[in-house]
Amino acid sequence: MNSLIAGVILILCLSSYFFGRSEARKLVTQNIKLKALPAYYGYYLSLWCGLPALIIFGCWSLFEPAIIKVLILNNFPQIESKDLFYEQTLSFFNGNFSGEITNEIKAASIKYSSINIIAQNSKIVIIAAALIGSLTFAYRKIQNNNKARDDVEIILKVLLFTSSLVAILTTVGIIVSLLFESLKFFSTINIFEFIFGTSWSPQRAFVRDASAITPEELLELQDAFGSVPLFAGTAFIALIAMCVAVPIGLFSGIYLAEYASTKVRKYSKPIIEILAGIPTVVYGFFAALTVGPFFRTFGESLGLTVSSESALAAGLIMGVMIIPYISSLSDDVINSVPQSLREGSYAIGATKSETIKKVVIPAALPGIIGSILLAVSRAIGETMIVVMAAGLAANLTINPLESTTTITTQIVMILVGDQEFDSPKTQAAFALGLTLFIATLILNYIALRVVKKYREKYD
Amino acid sequence: MELNNSKIKIKAKNLNVYYGKKQALFDINLDINQKEVTALIGPSGCGKSTFIRCINRMNDVIDICKVEGSVEIDGAEINEKNVDVVTLREKVGMVFQKPNPFPKSIYDNIAYGPIIHGAAENKDQMDKIVETSLKKAALWDEVKDRLNEPGTSLSGGQQQRLCIARALSVNPEVILMDEPCSALDPIATAKIEELIDDLKKSYTIVIVTHSMAQAVRVSQKTGFFHLGKIIEVDSTDKIFKNPANKMTQDYITGRFG
Repeated sequence: MNSLIAGVILILCLSSYFFGRSEARKLVTQNIKLKALPAYYGYYLSLWCGLPALIIFGCWSLFEPAIIKVLILNNFPQIESKDLFYEQTLSFFNGNFSGEITNEIKAASIKYSSINIIAQNSKIVIIAAALIGSLTFAYRKIQNNNKARDDVEIILKVLLFTSSLVAILTTVGIIVSLLFESLKFFSTINIFEFIFGTSWSPQRAFVRDASAITPEELLELQDAFGSVPLFAGTAFIALIAMCVAVPIGLFSGIYLAEYASTKVRKYSKPIIEILAGIPTVVYGFFAALTVGPFFRTFGESLGLTVSSESALAAGLIMGVMIIPYISSLSDDVINSVPQSLREGSYAIGATKSETIKKVVIPAALPGIIGSILLAVSRAIGETMIVVMAAGLAANLTINPLESTTTITTQIVMILVGDQEFDSPKTQAAFALGLTLFIATLILNYIALRVVKKYREKYD
Repeated sequence: MELNNSKIKIKAKNLNVYYGKKQALFDINLDINQKEVTALIGPSGCGKSTFIRCINRMNDVIDICKVEGSVEIDGAEINEKNVDVVTLREKVGMVFQKPNPFPKSIYDNIAYGPIIHGAAENKDQMDKIVETSLKKAALWDEVKDRLNEPGTSLSGGQQQRLCIARALSVNPEVILMDEPCSALDPIATAKIEELIDDLKKSYTIVIVTHSMAQAVRVSQKTGFFHLGKIIEVDSTDKIFKNPANKMTQDYITGRFG
């Protein structure tokens, strides 16, 4: 039904474009000088035809279920667990209910069926009215030879603004949801225990009923959510990754920008960028199945105990994954350093490497730092490689050969499988997500400030 | 075509330059006198800049550029493989069309060359070099209180004098100037011209310019280039008052170019 309505609206939109255009052309044949090209009148009519109807259609579909639910539940004030009752009614109505059928469910289902029909019909009527109304309005405007070009411009501006608004509101929505779930978590678990606690063992956080946590359970919970090992693990693996990615990425960026011939550059840059296109899960099993075991055998031959899931393997492969971010971006910024600066340096007798070290790199520094910080937030947020290669044990260690774990890994571990939404364990994922979000936000802010500071100094 | 008794500093013989397959300079023969200003004029794309870039081998930087023929400085060939480009460029400084100070402080801009060539043993010597260079470029009084500010914070004319000071910091013998005033206003231009007049007492200067008036004001000798060839070289006085070639006459009177 809904797709039929949407289809009709779109077909009407399309045909009203041609209708509007031909109407405008008719005006031309009557020797009236148009204020815009005929096609603009087509767009104008088409936009007026489609947008109001689609907006009403969208809003209606969004709010209809909630309104119907309220209308039905109002008739059954005696029911205790209303949500459950309503779910049962819906599944009974759809013919896939397998529980005990009560009289209330039957009555509610009949009610639902009648309200549903009314809702469908009124939806069609209202949308049709909107279509006719807006079409007539736009058609009149065309007959009056309005400035369709300017009006189309305004409509498009509003459309683009709405799109960006949607993006912003989504972000705000995500943050708010993170915030509220985290607040719930912090109402059970002390926030200081979470931030400064050094023991992470959410598997201990088993509660029989999350809405009524017993004092003994709470005591057990309090020290199960210390996030320090996770942050330490995240920072440690990111550090290993940066140790690999920054020198290799930067040097290859410098080589590509300054030394490579046009031909070498043409082929090698896309090849390096392919690294960025490999799915992280592929890196993950490469790290877990090839690199990890290799380190273990190699370590054993040296007499070292190497865990088969080690921070080193995960960090190393993550570093490889990040190389193209740094090399490609720094190649671009180095290329954008004006040639005149290089010539100035050569002209005074500097060699190529002196010029790069003392003139080109300092000039490109803001961009290079920006690319490195971007890579750091990529490393911190990376999930798949660490899930597969770094292990799950929350060890607080600085030994790269031991297994360790990261924030993202733990979020995955908490949320895979069936979960109760109100248990502290699940809410811990939101708290971790929030802290991760704040950490990357601070990092990005610092990155922007650094870039800005250097820019003011050198431009 | 020797005009006076001045010693010849730079001597170009049968110089041909190619950019890929396109020939940019044809059989250039040109003598440049010591401690004099030689101006090179001619329409855009005639090869003036290409020519002065042959004198400090800046064309080496361009992959597709090929230089044939000979350029001698003080009788020594510079186009040979075993010539050290670093020493050559220490001796032959260059100032570019657009001021190109490094993204560093005023002090570091000047200190750059001496550091590379190891000219100063300690901070005091370096301070001295920076001060002398800036004084020679008539910029010292304007910047002495803000040597730590970025070179890019100066005005266009000051930036160009900073670039001249930078070139002077390594004690060159020759200074090449590639349209040094084309990005500057008349007042800044006047200051640079005054400076050039002063500098010619100690340096050999080759200047590329699009302004006839500038050539007349600053130079003693002028070469007219057209389509990669030298049409006429003579004393500036002669070129602008009584040129031997019809084409030169047409160009300086503004009939073409």
